Amino acid sequence: MTVTAEGVTNVEATKSGALEARAVSAWFGNHKVLENVNLFMPPQSVTALIGPSGCGKSTFLRILNRMHELVPIAQLSGEVLLDNEDIYAANVRATHTRARIGMVFQKPNPFPAMTIYENVLSGLKLTGTTVPNPDEVVETSLRQASLWNEVKDRLDSPGGALSGGQQQRLCIARSLAVQPDVLLMDEPCSALDPTSTRRVEETIHDIKQRVTVVIVTHNMQQAQRVSQQCAFFLAEENQPGYIVEAGLTTDIFGNPKDDRTNDYVNGRFG
Amino acid sequence: MSLTTEQRRSTAATTPRDRVIQAASALASGALAAVITTQVLPVTGPVPFGLTWLIAFVAIYWLAVQQSDDALAARDRIMTFVITTGAAMVLLPLVFILGFVFVRGVGALSVSFFTEDLSRTGTLDAGGGLQHAIVGTLQQIAMSVVMAVPLGMMTAVFLNEVRGPLRRPVRMFVDAMSGVPSIVAGLFIYAVWLISLGNGGSGFAASLALSILMLPTVARTAEEVLRLVPGGLREASLAMGATEWRTVWSIVLPTARNGLITAVVLGIARVVGETAPLIMTSFGSTKLNANPFNGLQASLPLSVYQLLSNPFAAQQQRAYAGAFVLVVLVLTLFIITRVLGNRKSGKRTRAFRLFKKRSAS
Amino acid sequence: MVPSQVTTDVPRTLLRTPTRSDRIYRGLAIGTGLLTLVILALIGLNLLLQSRTAIQSQGLRFLTSNAWSPQQAEPSFGIKAVLYWTIIIAFIALAIAIPVSIACALYLTELAPRQLQKPLRSLVDLLAAIPSLIYGMWGLLYLQPHMIPFATWISTKLDFVPFLRVSRPSFSSSALIAGVVVSLMVIPICTSVIREVFSQTPQGEKEAALAMGATRWEMIRTVVLPFGRGGIIGGSMLGLGRALGETIAVALIISPIFVIRPSVVETGANSVASLIALRFGEADALQRSGLVAAGLALFGLTLVVNTIAAFVVARSRSGAGVDI
Repeated sequence: MTVTAEGVTNVEATKSGALEARAVSAWFGNHKVLENVNLFMPPQSVTALIGPSGCGKSTFLRILNRMHELVPIAQLSGEVLLDNEDIYAANVRATHTRARIGMVFQKPNPFPAMTIYENVLSGLKLTGTTVPNPDEVVETSLRQASLWNEVKDRLDSPGGALSGGQQQRLCIARSLAVQPDVLLMDEPCSALDPTSTRRVEETIHDIKQRVTVVIVTHNMQQAQRVSQQCAFFLAEENQPGYIVEAGLTTDIFGNPKDDRTNDYVNGRFG
Repeated sequence: MSLTTEQRRSTAATTPRDRVIQAASALASGALAAVITTQVLPVTGPVPFGLTWLIAFVAIYWLAVQQSDDALAARDRIMTFVITTGAAMVLLPLVFILGFVFVRGVGALSVSFFTEDLSRTGTLDAGGGLQHAIVGTLQQIAMSVVMAVPLGMMTAVFLNEVRGPLRRPVRMFVDAMSGVPSIVAGLFIYAVWLISLGNGGSGFAASLALSILMLPTVARTAEEVLRLVPGGLREASLAMGATEWRTVWSIVLPTARNGLITAVVLGIARVVGETAPLIMTSFGSTKLNANPFNGLQASLPLSVYQLLSNPFAAQQQRAYAGAFVLVVLVLTLFIITRVLGNRKSGKRTRAFRLFKKRSAS
Repeated sequence: MVPSQVTTDVPRTLLRTPTRSDRIYRGLAIGTGLLTLVILALIGLNLLLQSRTAIQSQGLRFLTSNAWSPQQAEPSFGIKAVLYWTIIIAFIALAIAIPVSIACALYLTELAPRQLQKPLRSLVDLLAAIPSLIYGMWGLLYLQPHMIPFATWISTKLDFVPFLRVSRPSFSSSALIAGVVVSLMVIPICTSVIREVFSQTPQGEKEAALAMGATRWEMIRTVVLPFGRGGIIGGSMLGLGRALGETIAVALIISPIFVIRPSVVETGANSVASLIALRFGEADALQRSGLVAAGLALFGLTLVVNTIAAFVVARSRSGAGVDI
């Protein structure tokens, strides 16, 4: 499956950061939450996962960087390919996968005991990576997350002292500092005010040149604004979630093939 | 849901390769430890061998993982091993202690243990029993409950329902009181009840000291339980025009009943094995004395302690049996708290499920 | 009716006239609340009062003298050596208990399989409820005979260490054995406090570390341990309070000495609480007063330790909702 992304035609397989889910199903204990999900997330573009609450979007996102298995009763089947290599293969460490596929959470969670500076470098420290020029990494990452101008004079103050929106951009900077190939975002703006949301969206727009972005969002306008591809998830009551329709964002919102997609993107349910 | 094609995948942190490395390291370090303990160290035996093996394993395993993975993975694996071994090396001996008292105690039990006292049994003789101590313990604990529980409950009500500016200092004092060494509580009762007021030692004096130790436990546990009572219940009652007192008595306390019983049980468990304060309040005795207000009185922990300071086998047998009864008492109290706690949480999950069902539909 | 002409907003004073039953109820509750304060004050005051005879007889020597011979014609007694041994035993106990309790707490919250976590937690709580008498009894009848060969071995091999050098080859009833027994008694208590704090580490921070590719240990090191620092200190201080005040487990094991010497493996040690327990029965009025004075010193020491513990835990980020 080749999806044509904004300005980019024919994704080459060699390019770093192509993510593909093949026949992914997931369970919590005996409760099946995802059914046979196939999705290609092309590099250097933004893929949005939309759908009503409880349809398995977040579970799917957590499967993409092996956070799913942290829940003790969680299981899955199928495979997830990062640049055509299965991240669930027996010889792949979860820690290595997570270092290549970063994640930003719904609630900003900077490390409160660390300064802003240390927070940005925490990922490098945690994965045992040493860089010759930490100051540069901090500046670049914070600039990419469009936070540099606001915090450059107080890099030594604790990360928890920032406002919610700034904290979330700090978390983005922290994830970018390890130079991941993919960045997963789980409703990154749901806890933020409109101004901060706009700043984060601008950030997403800027960073997609360097990393593949996959974002879960409940906000239809946001999905339209930031993403090039879209996947619409749905789950009937007590049934596992599945993808109803996936494709270019312009098609999903402008010309949906499925009636349920049409209803959802026009706010008629969910 | 009978999709046979869907193969659930393993996400286990340890891969088969890890297990091979683990087993190989264990074997190599075992061999190394065998060489060291037999050839280098002056001592042999299972303990030095085990220790050497542990140290060698940590070193070899670390090197192996560092070669096959990286330094961070090696550190992770080693720390996991160290923490797990540390936990096991502590929990196992502690369980062993319980088992030790159990096994020795069961062997020393007899019918006469519950039906006779020690007034006519010589230190070298078998026979006799600790009936006098069991009676004393039951009486002393009962009196402590009667004194400490109402006070503890009232303190908890004060801390959580009345509040007011004194709340913080009182909370601090309750905390400080729970840290008072038990022997100091005994000295206090000795100084006040025996010396200043001129009373003789008795079971009642002992229960005074025990209630000082019981009070903070009851108060703090009860306060935590009262904090869990939803504020909406109080407001509902007050909104119907009930007085504060009525609200607490008819709404808050009954709602928290299970938790409050737990508080009482924990208070009992706190003092049932206390020995030190009894040394200077009830002094102990070898004769049955069913009147706790007059005359010296024995109790289980004190008798066990006094029997232990005696090297004769018959006395030690009786001490084992007494310790066994004590442990069984603590165990029973503990199980009661768990049953009560589970019942509470069971209710909560059922309510939670109901709530989820409703909010979903 | 003409509407009243209010030009400025003045907040009304809300009058609350509680019913009589409520007044009684409030009075009673406040009264019992203050009772703890009264009891604590009474404890301190009475101990002070009863120890007056001893302190008058000995003066400052009570704190600076090692010997304990109140029954001589010229009574002379002080608690310097006894305090020294109390602190040594508590130190040995904590040196063992703190690292091990942290390991146990980490195992219970982060490493143990999920099905094992609840039963193990119950087990630790149960062990914390076992009376110290039981630990002392086990120490006396089982551990001591098994530990003497070990103490002998370590002392002969490492006799250049002052703590392990002995003047005569007698290794029973030592501070080391008492310290080990007290540590076993303290470990469950410390573990349950520390575990409680560790278990409150925000899931978001743990996931943030893991999502960046941290190993489990790196996550523990950068998130769980810093978050739980207050709980570790508080739990250790609580354990220290228990270790200082422990009576029976120590009294059963040690044989009392009244000199200060470095060796912890040689026979003989002491502690304030065990001194009181061992001497009280046989003591005359003057000695009892001296024992009460020793108890007062212990009371002050544990009060300070426990207050610091409560303060540290309450001040730390993790401690707000934790009781010690």
